[in-house]
Amino acid sequence: MELVFAITIGALTGSGVYLLLRARTFPVVVGLTLLSYGVNLFLFSTGRLVTGGQPIIGSTGTYTDPLPQALVLTAIVIGFAMTAFVVVLSLRSQADTGDDHVDGLRESPENPDKNGQGASQ
Amino acid sequence: MNHWLTAPILIPLLGGLLQIFMTYAPLQLRRTLALATTVMMLASALVLLGLADDGSYRVYAFGNWQPPFGIVLVLDRLAALMLVVTGILALFCHIFSTRGSDGQGAHFHALFLFQLLGLNIAFLTGDLFNLFVAFEVLLIASYGLLMHGGGTTRTIPGLHYVVLNLVGSALFLISVGMIYSVTGTLNMADLAIQVPRVSPEDLPLVEAGGMMLLVVFGLKAAILPLCFWLPRAYANATAPVAALFAVMTKVGIYAILRVYTLVFGDQAGALANLGMDWLFPVALVTLAAGVVGALGAKALKALVAWQVIISVGTLLAAIGLSNPAGTSAALFYLLNTTWVVGGLFLVVDLIGNQRGSAGDKIVTAPKMHSRTLLSVLFLLGATASAGLPPLSGFFAKLLILKAAVPGVEMAWLWSIVLVGGFFTMIAYSRAGSIVFWRTVEGHVEDKGQLTLPVTVSASALIALSVAIVVLAGPISRYTDATAAQLHDPAGYIGILEMPSTQEAQP
Repeated sequence: MELVFAITIGALTGSGVYLLLRARTFPVVVGLTLLSYGVNLFLFSTGRLVTGGQPIIGSTGTYTDPLPQALVLTAIVIGFAMTAFVVVLSLRSQADTGDDHVDGLRESPENPDKNGQGASQ
Repeated sequence: MNHWLTAPILIPLLGGLLQIFMTYAPLQLRRTLALATTVMMLASALVLLGLADDGSYRVYAFGNWQPPFGIVLVLDRLAALMLVVTGILALFCHIFSTRGSDGQGAHFHALFLFQLLGLNIAFLTGDLFNLFVAFEVLLIASYGLLMHGGGTTRTIPGLHYVVLNLVGSALFLISVGMIYSVTGTLNMADLAIQVPRVSPEDLPLVEAGGMMLLVVFGLKAAILPLCFWLPRAYANATAPVAALFAVMTKVGIYAILRVYTLVFGDQAGALANLGMDWLFPVALVTLAAGVVGALGAKALKALVAWQVIISVGTLLAAIGLSNPAGTSAALFYLLNTTWVVGGLFLVVDLIGNQRGSAGDKIVTAPKMHSRTLLSVLFLLGATASAGLPPLSGFFAKLLILKAAVPGVEMAWLWSIVLVGGFFTMIAYSRAGSIVFWRTVEGHVEDKGQLTLPVTVSASALIALSVAIVVLAGPISRYTDATAAQLHDPAGYIGILEMPSTQEAQP
């Protein structure tokens, strides 16, 4: 079971990182999601993998650590909210720049330097 | 158990919730309530500063669960200092925002207060996972604030900021998981006990976790390879938001200071002073990169944003010395730089508003309105940031230079801080002379006079650098005591023995 678990985490993280580096917003969002799946599984495994154990000490011979489960639950909720936000932001960026590149390649030619803008609004 | 500890968390939380329910209330009413919330938060922070100044640790255990089993809030001198720094900065930024930038989006005040909530949790928490939650609370509020006011120029820097921080959160979780899997605890005081006891075969796991944690905090603090998101994001945010964000990088520095003195401090056995030999050179390179960026800045806001990176480099170099004198000097510098850089963001925004279409770009333009007042404010801010006498930046840098022990470290620190300070001064004087002195013929349309609240809030933050000089004695006494407290983790570990239950006897 440990091997399968490790391979799953590795595959999720690996594909997540690969997609993150694609520099287009949709793959980046999917990559972030996969990465957070991998991280959540990893976090879950930090309490050691136990089959059929109860999360209460003393009830059975083997018990499973309940704390990582609580941590994973928190991480899932936070990750979900963040993913929703980044999806909306990517759509906004697509609408604003007319491109789904993360750097918004189509800058308007009269304003090539973006640093000075936004100050006088 | 001291219930005052929850006040800096509960006040912005309740105030922010109230703002959400009042979205359609008149703007003036929402402003008043939001400002009142910030004032109350600052007052509670000052009360906590008074409490913490006796040098003991105060603990609030949620649900009365005895640490290390429950989540605790811990108040010590460092936490109280950070709360006050944040509170004062936030108050003036909040006053500044009432000029009208708060009306550009529906939820400015709610987001602003939630941002403060996240910052305060981060400073008070005594639990590593709760620190992660605090980071997420302050980040999601900062995402909203960064986008506040709309405009297409904010979308792309915002996207970079969000994606980078999401990756940072993933790394944070991985490192927390690695540390937990070996030590079986996330309470910082308990971690300080468990880390020296880790068996040699588990050591690499904790070491890797600790180093990854440093990367995460480094991303928040914007140290060199991880700082390129900052100038664009800060330069495009609205002024009060950019000024408030002056404290955001300090959260990363706070976390480094807390975790690496307590958990991986001198007493951590095989992992003692983990990462500190990396921190010092990286900090100096960050400083140098910040100076180069400041020299090349094309707009005043970008210049101030690079100043944030210069401050981060200076602060971490002082912390990287890992002696109490360095830590104390870093805290003194932190007070100065947070307030002054925040004030500079506000002043630069005022300048941009008085120059018509030239905005805050460093180009020649027709003579601006209210030139005398704004140029004096800019001069004071620049002097304090670059570290010239007689303002607080000079004393802070002097303390940092004095903290170095003679040797290779001292040579590097002195040369880079001094040469960097010189070039920072060149960057400021170049920007100032172009913007204020080199005027061309023409007329700038009047975009509204300076109003009292904005002028007062911008000048007050700059004037705090004078106040720091006047109060240098008490402040350095406090920072010395803070550094001594930080470098003696036994006191922090003592919170585990503290009786937290005070039940009435039947």
